[in-house]
Amino acid sequence: MIRLFANANYDFIKWRRWAYGLTAAIIIPGFALFLVHGLNYSIEFTGGTLIQVRTPDTVGTDRIRGALDAAGIHDAEIQQFGAPNEYVVRARLGAAGTTTEGTTEATATAVDSALAHGLGAGRYSIGRTEAVGPKVGRELQGKAFLAIFFSFIVTLIYLAVRFEWRFGLAAVLATFHDILTTIAFIRYLNLEVSLVVVGAVLTMVGYSLNDTIIIFDRVRENLRKYRRQNLYEILNLSINETLPRSVLTHGTTMATTLALVLLAGEILRPFALVMTFAIFTGTFSSIYIAAPLLMYIEKRWPGQDARGARAFRPAGTVPLDTPQPPSPPAAGGSRSKAAV
Amino acid sequence: MFYTVRSRLIAIGILLVLSIWALIPTNTTQRVRDVATGRMKDTTIRRVPINLGLDLQGGIHLALEVDQSKGPVPDPADAIRRAERVVRTRIDEFHVTEPVVQVVGNNRLIVELPGEKDPARAKSIIQRTAFLEFRITDMKNLFRDALPEIDKTLRQAGVKPAGEAAAAASVTQLFGADTAKAKGKRAKGKPAAKDTTEANAPGALSSLLFQGQIAGEYLVPEEQVPVAESLLARPDVRRIIPRGIELEWGNEVSSRAARSYRALYAVEDRPIITGEELQDARATRDPLTNQSVVNFVLSRRGGRIFERETGRHVQDYMAIILDGRVQGQPPVIKGQIGQRGQIELGAKPLQEAQDLALVLKAGALPAPLTIIEERTIGPSLGKDSITDGIRAGIVGVVLVVLIMVVYYRWSGALAVSALTLYVLFTLAGLAAFGFTLTLPGLAGLVLSVGIAVDANVLIFERIREELQHGKLVRTAVDEGFTHAMSAIIDSNVSTALTAFILYLVGTGPVQGFAITLIIGIAASMVTAIFVVRTFYMIWLQRRPDMATLSV
Repeated sequence: MIRLFANANYDFIKWRRWAYGLTAAIIIPGFALFLVHGLNYSIEFTGGTLIQVRTPDTVGTDRIRGALDAAGIHDAEIQQFGAPNEYVVRARLGAAGTTTEGTTEATATAVDSALAHGLGAGRYSIGRTEAVGPKVGRELQGKAFLAIFFSFIVTLIYLAVRFEWRFGLAAVLATFHDILTTIAFIRYLNLEVSLVVVGAVLTMVGYSLNDTIIIFDRVRENLRKYRRQNLYEILNLSINETLPRSVLTHGTTMATTLALVLLAGEILRPFALVMTFAIFTGTFSSIYIAAPLLMYIEKRWPGQDARGARAFRPAGTVPLDTPQPPSPPAAGGSRSKAAV
Repeated sequence: MFYTVRSRLIAIGILLVLSIWALIPTNTTQRVRDVATGRMKDTTIRRVPINLGLDLQGGIHLALEVDQSKGPVPDPADAIRRAERVVRTRIDEFHVTEPVVQVVGNNRLIVELPGEKDPARAKSIIQRTAFLEFRITDMKNLFRDALPEIDKTLRQAGVKPAGEAAAAASVTQLFGADTAKAKGKRAKGKPAAKDTTEANAPGALSSLLFQGQIAGEYLVPEEQVPVAESLLARPDVRRIIPRGIELEWGNEVSSRAARSYRALYAVEDRPIITGEELQDARATRDPLTNQSVVNFVLSRRGGRIFERETGRHVQDYMAIILDGRVQGQPPVIKGQIGQRGQIELGAKPLQEAQDLALVLKAGALPAPLTIIEERTIGPSLGKDSITDGIRAGIVGVVLVVLIMVVYYRWSGALAVSALTLYVLFTLAGLAAFGFTLTLPGLAGLVLSVGIAVDANVLIFERIREELQHGKLVRTAVDEGFTHAMSAIIDSNVSTALTAFILYLVGTGPVQGFAITLIIGIAASMVTAIFVVRTFYMIWLQRRPDMATLSV
């Protein structure tokens, strides 16, 4: 049978400073770009008009621009979208100089008639139109931040109940790190931030937490099993023990997101790309951010797990294969529950 | 509870039957535009009862707000309710299946028109100013008397009645006093006393009409409405319709003896008063008689006109017409009414009175609407999205299956067979709770297949560890499930919590995604833990002496 990383014994925690450096190298330039240029928000957030056009043959963005220019629409952004004969025309609110609620859909009509003049009626078909007033956009921005904020609060509470607050804090901070790297990633690829992409970021929050919790669950178990190892060793042990699972689960999830990237069409592609990156960063942060953070938090505000003999024993002085009897079952792991 | 294989199999069987039952294609009646005649007709199609979002089936989504740019509107929440009532009245003009008209929050109206392609037309219909008028119904039965003439013209034009047998029966129902008596409820209205027809042959139009309870009211079987509409629209028929009489459809469908009927009213072409003269309308419940009533107030000028007109029409019926649709059944005028009037609805619920008050106010104070969001998705783009999504889904699933079977062999195969149940359960969950599948939802579904195997991976890895520690196969399986449980529950609950917040805070497409994710998590817990465990139990029961496990 195939066994990947069975009985692995890597010293992950030792590389934490390198990992910090790597992640800083991703986040800092990304954020510099973000501060200078901002993000490429979709018209759902900025307000404005989007029209997707399909022509029977490839006409080129120049001809479409010409048609729009002739009609006096100058600030629109024109982009080939997926197939060579499909185009997206975007007129964002600020750019088009229109500020009132009603004008966004007037722009849609104007673009339509401009195309009818420039390309000839019936020589194109409109795939979709979106016209969003500035008010809706502002509301959506607020809601996206609210969603992330509340999911953090709820997770903190849940983990504080099921584990303890130190674990919860480490998990939430690691997830916050993932949000930062994902924003940097979106900025590097200049992906359009639509509602669906925000949805992807929030799913990433769930996925990354999920992954961190799997490792923390093992840490919780090992802390009870091995009474004399220090936290450094327990963390390393737990990461190594869960490594085969991580490889397999991320493998299957990555298979589905890559299928989405390649096959699911242009509208879903930004979503699928963000999800693919999310799997990387979620895995990375669970190992290199969440685990060292937990160690740091335990050092700073020592809990039950970091007190006593465990904290002062130098690493490696107690062999791992001596679990301290009696080893209680993992929390919530009674037989009756398992049979459910 | 489920300690024996048998009880577990029964539970799985029940879930399976429920899921399949939720997904069995059902007959849905749709009103669609007939390509040949341009008229509406009802067709029945069989389809799997999963609602597709606008982004998958194409259509128009509009969000509207009360326009306050030309001066503040005193009560926006009330204005948006009036607007909702008006748009509901007009929704038939769109000829679309399953339109959505919904008030969101205090002052926003969402209109969704699946399959509608022309946004300009949709917007003009929705933003048109509401028009309310009161008209007296055809008290002298002028239209009924003209029916034989209309039938004759149609016969000469070669129009055959819809169905001979049905037609023969309906003629007697239309004019026969016997039937009116038999259906005792009808006795309240003026009975169709005169037996006027030379019932020689069933008429093309009269065979579609059944006399209603009051003068000028006719009931048309719902499925015959398009036919009647097209007959009445013929120029040769229009010429014969008596001068001063117009025909207007009712807004409601009533059902009698398992058939649904739409009312058609013959009304005078001249309104006795229009919405302009209306100032206010309120629904109340009379504390003494416990009856629902709507009180309305007219302008002073309107009061004078109304007094004159109602004086002339005592005991006549007055149709309340909003945007060309008669609202409810016309009430009878009991006496002269001045500036203040009252419409009695009898024992009907207060809700209906409130609805009528809203109709009156909609005509009196039209709410100016501004479009704050518009999305139009062409039907071809929607179809492309479905095809692409399904293709990506299949490829993703095949990859997951390959990875699982190659890595975990027989145990992997068990997990994969449980995965089929997982997809079935998820789709059934979407259908059963009436959630809408959107494009992001489709992505969520594909993604969740990858995540769904996580629980099994955790369990299998645990079993491998236990086996490695030298435990017996049976013990290893037991312990594997036991020890993996806390990780599975904690991780899934926290993901579900995040998805739930996404659902609460998000709108439209994001909510669709969150829903599929939540249902997916629930379904994956059931299949990965319960179903796979049962498979193992069966396996170990058949091979109790199994020394090695294919995991």
